[in-house]
Amino acid sequence: MVVRASTSNLHRDFSNEPEFSGVQRTLTMTTKQNSTAWMSGNEAIARGAWEAGVAVASGYPGTPSTEIMEYLSAYDSVYTEWAPNEKVGLEVAIGASFAGGRALATMKHVGLNVAADPLFTASYTGGRGGLVVLTADDPSMHSSQNEQDNRNYALAAKIPMLEPSDPAEAKEFLKQAFVLSEELDSPVLFRITTRIAHVKGVVGQGQVAETTVERGIEKHPEKFVMLPAMARTRRVQVEERMRQCRELAEKTPFNVVEDGDRRRGFITSGVSYLYVKEAFPEAAVLKLGMCWPLPERKIRAFASSVEELFVVEELDPFLETQIKAMGIACRGKDLIPAIGELNTAIVRNAIDPQRAPQNLFEPVDLPPRPPNMCAGCPHRGIFFTLSRMKVFVSGDIGCYTLGFLPPLNALDSTVCMGASIPMAHGMVKAAGPGSHDKVVSVIGDSTFVHSGITGLINSVYNGSAATLIILDNRITAMTGQQPNPASGNTIRGEAVQALDLEALCRAVGVKHVRVLNPHDVPECRKVIREEVERDEMSVIIAQAPCVLLPELKLRKPVSYYTNIDNCVGCTSCIRLGCPAISWNPFAEGEAEARGYKKSQKGYSRIDEVLCNDCGQCASLCKFNAITRGEPK
Amino acid sequence: MDAIRNILFSGVGGQGILLASELTAEALLQAGYDVKKSEVHGMAQRGGSVTAQLRYGARVYSPLIEPGAADIQMAFEMMEAVRYLPYLHAGSTVIVNTQMILPPSVATGRAAYPEKVLDELTTRGIRVIDVDAFTIAKQAGEVRTANVALVGALSVHLDVAGDIFESVIETRVPERFLKENLKAFTAGREAGAR
Repeated sequence: MVVRASTSNLHRDFSNEPEFSGVQRTLTMTTKQNSTAWMSGNEAIARGAWEAGVAVASGYPGTPSTEIMEYLSAYDSVYTEWAPNEKVGLEVAIGASFAGGRALATMKHVGLNVAADPLFTASYTGGRGGLVVLTADDPSMHSSQNEQDNRNYALAAKIPMLEPSDPAEAKEFLKQAFVLSEELDSPVLFRITTRIAHVKGVVGQGQVAETTVERGIEKHPEKFVMLPAMARTRRVQVEERMRQCRELAEKTPFNVVEDGDRRRGFITSGVSYLYVKEAFPEAAVLKLGMCWPLPERKIRAFASSVEELFVVEELDPFLETQIKAMGIACRGKDLIPAIGELNTAIVRNAIDPQRAPQNLFEPVDLPPRPPNMCAGCPHRGIFFTLSRMKVFVSGDIGCYTLGFLPPLNALDSTVCMGASIPMAHGMVKAAGPGSHDKVVSVIGDSTFVHSGITGLINSVYNGSAATLIILDNRITAMTGQQPNPASGNTIRGEAVQALDLEALCRAVGVKHVRVLNPHDVPECRKVIREEVERDEMSVIIAQAPCVLLPELKLRKPVSYYTNIDNCVGCTSCIRLGCPAISWNPFAEGEAEARGYKKSQKGYSRIDEVLCNDCGQCASLCKFNAITRGEPK
Repeated sequence: MDAIRNILFSGVGGQGILLASELTAEALLQAGYDVKKSEVHGMAQRGGSVTAQLRYGARVYSPLIEPGAADIQMAFEMMEAVRYLPYLHAGSTVIVNTQMILPPSVATGRAAYPEKVLDELTTRGIRVIDVDAFTIAKQAGEVRTANVALVGALSVHLDVAGDIFESVIETRVPERFLKENLKAFTAGREAGAR
């Protein structure tokens, strides 16, 4: 591939930057770019991990981080796995680092909340092999329940943080992050956002680095065993390390001044840098690739060289707060929104409203097109049933969160991974005796394994009688069908023992565990009603595979079809909200003309191309109007 | 080559928008442009309204198209051609697949699909090129080539030789469907040449 143009300053050659090798050792990596490739940020990060010689990588799927681990699993030399949750993933990585391997843990922003416990103490221990913790934040919440700014974790955990601006930089920075980690004996937080992860661009390709740390089991109790006595010693080390890191931040090529018109100067980082360059190409910019700790002298010198200083960053005023604390006057969140992701227009209009484009078209009012559960989704049968019961549905994180949307409207709370079960328990305890039949919790198989199991143990231990439904579709579906411990295979497709959810529920003390087929809607109704009324804890496991599983997509499609003559227009099937079923209203007088009852308002029809052969609609139809066809 | 041009892809999750934008990006790269493309994955892909934003030129910084700055919109569905109107300007060209996919509220009878929805574009002076990609794909012998037919229609409006696109298609589609894909691409070029 010939690529004439490139974002040249993003391809900085770190091998010619001796000061970067910094504190103790000599930089051993060469990152001469031999060729280029077209890659997403996530693909580039996987490539960077491979080039860095990563030994072990562990993560839990979460948009926008998921594809990093998927791409990385294609490199044979890197051991890659899906962990049941982000805490486990980071602990695996810490162990690998203790054994001298370079180690990467990946997660979405909320995943770092789960992994925060090991992170804060790994800050004290450091490791042996380089340890990088990747957080993929999701400003604007494209696929998230909140938009927290994980840069705050670097400050709180007292660890250095790198933030790239585009895929090319993401690859290069990630490779350098391992060197930094080994030099400073610290985990490095690597922060990306949706518009790094899911942006594609031209990325330089380097060679695999030689690593200098020897792999093997070694004992270093003074830094591996965080008893109070040792932790107090390491606590002092943490401060010394951050002092060294602040010095390094002054000189590192991660932080660069781009000369320009000094009437307006910008301090910026991450994807915001790209918006600044596009909105104000003429201006002087201090681009921070290392956003923690900050280079105070460099910031001070830059600030004093410009007439007016602007800090442009997405979400929290993280840089701005620090810069103002240095006593430097600047403008930031008084102009730039703290909510949602930025873009060139937002940055330009905030700082120079006179240059805002005029006469933009207003949006036209159109029926919305929200995401929907797929045709044939096994979750639909359960939510259809719940929508017809007077219960509070304590929900969780996954595709089934879509059960909230019309026409099902059958989900009443969603907070975080695993919250459905303890929240249902807490609600019943607060609402008082006799309320156990008013709350049902619903959780997917992957989320249950992630952090639902401890909640279930609590419910059993503390005498909850609220029913739990585990939606077991054998896969982590929302993020794109990643296997989990209940799936029976690994990230590389190797067959392994599948976690037996039924046996697990019994083992933790649930006496009533029932397995049902969610596509049989009348059966769902019967079983869920029985278990909800029961005054002891019960678990229903609704078992049917996700229709997007590759092996299901490959099978011969059979579809259901509508016998239009038999349809009485009762809309039972329509109320499932299946994308394959549509309502066809009659025009004035059409019902009679076509031989239907005069009062019939229309008929339903199944799109045989979209139908995925689940049969939920047929199980609801009382008029023999829906039949299964022959295999095509 | 200096000025940056913006292509907005819009449609419904599952229509093959990412592949179409990918073929376009690779052709532009081979023609020597710097290219950036932004996508959104995850929840939005479940049958929801989906976009991909592609920007190309001598040097591209931002991966996102500004409101009012899309030069071309490649819409895979008629209503999705209108949903992103604030991204267009009076000089935009919209290539639209004349397919209707009913959103949930319409399919369940709670709302109506807007009539003559493309008039919202033409009455604002926006050039609309409608392409019946489904029929083209059927005639090419494989209904799943509709997105490649649309790439064909789009390719006429880019400063990239058709044979560059063909060589990209050759590397990106399965061998056994190559003939049908190239046929759909060529027919798409004819349909888009207006």
